[in-house]
Amino acid sequence: MKARIADRWLAVISPLGLLLLWEGLSRAGLLDARFITPPSAIGRTLVALTRTGELPYHVGVSVERIIAGFLLGSIPAVALGLAMGLSRSVRALLMPIVAAIYPIPKIAIYPLIIFYLGIGEASKVSIVALSIFFLVLLNTMAGVLGVDRTYFNIARAYGAQSIDVFTTIAWPGALPSIFTGLKLGMGFALIVIVGAELLGSDAGIGFLIWRSYQIFAIDVMFAGLLVTAVLGWLATITLDWLERRAMPWRTEHK
Amino acid sequence: MLRAADQVGTGLAGIDVAGLSKAYQGRHGPSPALQDVTFAVRAGEFAALIGPSGCGKTTLLHILAGLIEPTAGSVSLPRRHPGRLGTALVFQGASTLPWMTALDNVAYGLRLMGVPARERRERARQHLGQVGLLAFSDAYPHQLSEGMRQRVNIARALATDPAILLMDEPFADLDEQNRLLLQDELLRIWQEDRKTVLFVTHSLDEAIRLSDRVLVMSASPGRITAEVPVPLGRPRDFQVIRQDPAYGALSARLWGELREEVLRASRS
Repeated sequence: MKARIADRWLAVISPLGLLLLWEGLSRAGLLDARFITPPSAIGRTLVALTRTGELPYHVGVSVERIIAGFLLGSIPAVALGLAMGLSRSVRALLMPIVAAIYPIPKIAIYPLIIFYLGIGEASKVSIVALSIFFLVLLNTMAGVLGVDRTYFNIARAYGAQSIDVFTTIAWPGALPSIFTGLKLGMGFALIVIVGAELLGSDAGIGFLIWRSYQIFAIDVMFAGLLVTAVLGWLATITLDWLERRAMPWRTEHK
Repeated sequence: MLRAADQVGTGLAGIDVAGLSKAYQGRHGPSPALQDVTFAVRAGEFAALIGPSGCGKTTLLHILAGLIEPTAGSVSLPRRHPGRLGTALVFQGASTLPWMTALDNVAYGLRLMGVPARERRERARQHLGQVGLLAFSDAYPHQLSEGMRQRVNIARALATDPAILLMDEPFADLDEQNRLLLQDELLRIWQEDRKTVLFVTHSLDEAIRLSDRVLVMSASPGRITAEVPVPLGRPRDFQVIRQDPAYGALSARLWGELREEVLRASRS
C-alpha cells in the first residue's frame, strides 16, 4: 500500500519537475520565451482561450469526433473480431483483406475520404473509425484465439449452443485483449484526428494548432499540444476505469 | 466372477462401451489413439481407469462426454432428462471459468440447461455448500486456492445431477495433503447418492482408495488390458485400508499389469 502511494507521487513528480525546469530555464534566459513559450505563459494563454470560448469549442469538436469515430470503428470491429476468432472459415475468408489493409497508414487515405465525404464531420469521424477498426479487430481475434481451449470444451461438455459459447466463453475470454485493442486504438484516434484537422478542417484542436502556426501564435500552439496531452491522459483513465468495471475478476491482478 | 465386459449390451451398465476406436488424422496418415476399447461400468459403480501417460484416457473421456466423435464402435449412456445431464465431466487442471464467481461457475451447467435463475441459484448454493465453499460464493477463481477451485469444478458437475460423473485426473495438480482431503470429500459425497463414476487417474493409490474396480489401459493405442476389482469395504478409511494386506497385494497386482505398458509407452 505504501509503495502504491509512493508510486502515485512519483508519477506526479516527473511531469511537474519537467515543467518547473522548463520555467526555470526560461526565466534564466537560457530558453528564448519568444520561440519556446514558458509554462506560465501557456497557462495564461489557456485561461484566455477558455474565457473567449474558443478553446472549449475546438476541444468539444475534436472530442465529439473521437467519440463518434471510436464507437463507429470499435463496435463492428469487436463483432467481426469475435466472429473471426470463433470461425476458421470466416478467418480464412477475411484475413487476407485485413492483412492487406491493416498496414496502410490510414492518414494516407484521408485525401480520398475528403474527396468522397467532404471536409465536414463525416470525413473526420470516418478516418478515426477506420484507423482504430483494424487494431481492435485484430486484438479481438487474437483474444478469442488465445482463450484456453479447455474453456470451450467445458461449455460444449455442458451442452452449450453457439450463442452460449459466444456470450459465456469467447466474449469474456477475449475482453482483456479487446481492451488492449481499444487502448491502442484510442492513442491512434488522437493522433489521427489531430492530423486530419491539421490537413483539412475548419474546427478542432488540430485546426487551432495549424491556424496558430499561420499567424505565428506560438503560445497557442503549445496550449493546443498541452490540451492534446491532457485529452490522451483522460482517455486512458476513462478506459482503465471501464476495464476495471467490465472485468471485476481481474482487479486484484494489478 | 462377473466381468463388466460380460455385461456389455445387457442394459445393466451405466456406461457401455463396445469396440470403440479413435484415430486422429496426423501428418503421416491416421494415428490410432484408442483401439477396440470394450468395457462397462455398472450403474452406481465407482470405476477407476489407469494407464500410462498419453494412452488415450482423456480421449476416451472426451468421447463419453460427447466432445469428440469416435472413429468406430458404440457407446451407450443414459440419456439426459429435463434438469439432469446424462454425463458431466470434471476436467483436468484449471477449469474454473476465471470470469465467473464460484457460485456462477457451479451454476454454469444449469444455466446452459435452461434452469430458471432462482432454481439454479438454489441448486448451486446447495452444491457449493456440499464442498464446503458456501462462504466463497462471490469469490472469483483467482482468489481461491487450487484445491478450492477443484472443489468448484466438482460442484459444477454434481449440480447438473448427472447420471454419470466423468473425472479426468481431477486431483493431479494438487499437493499430496490436499489430494487426500479431496479424495475423502469425493468419497463422502459419492456415498450419499452413489452415482456412476468413471475416474481417470495415473495414481495407483488413488485408484485403489476410491474405486470398486480398476480398469487398466495399455500404452497407445489404448485398449483395456485388465479389470481388477477392489475388495475393500465401504465407507473406506484410508488409515485402515492402508494396513489391509489386500491393499498391498492389489497395488502389486496393478503395478504388474501396468509396468509393461509404462515401459512400452516410454520407449515409443
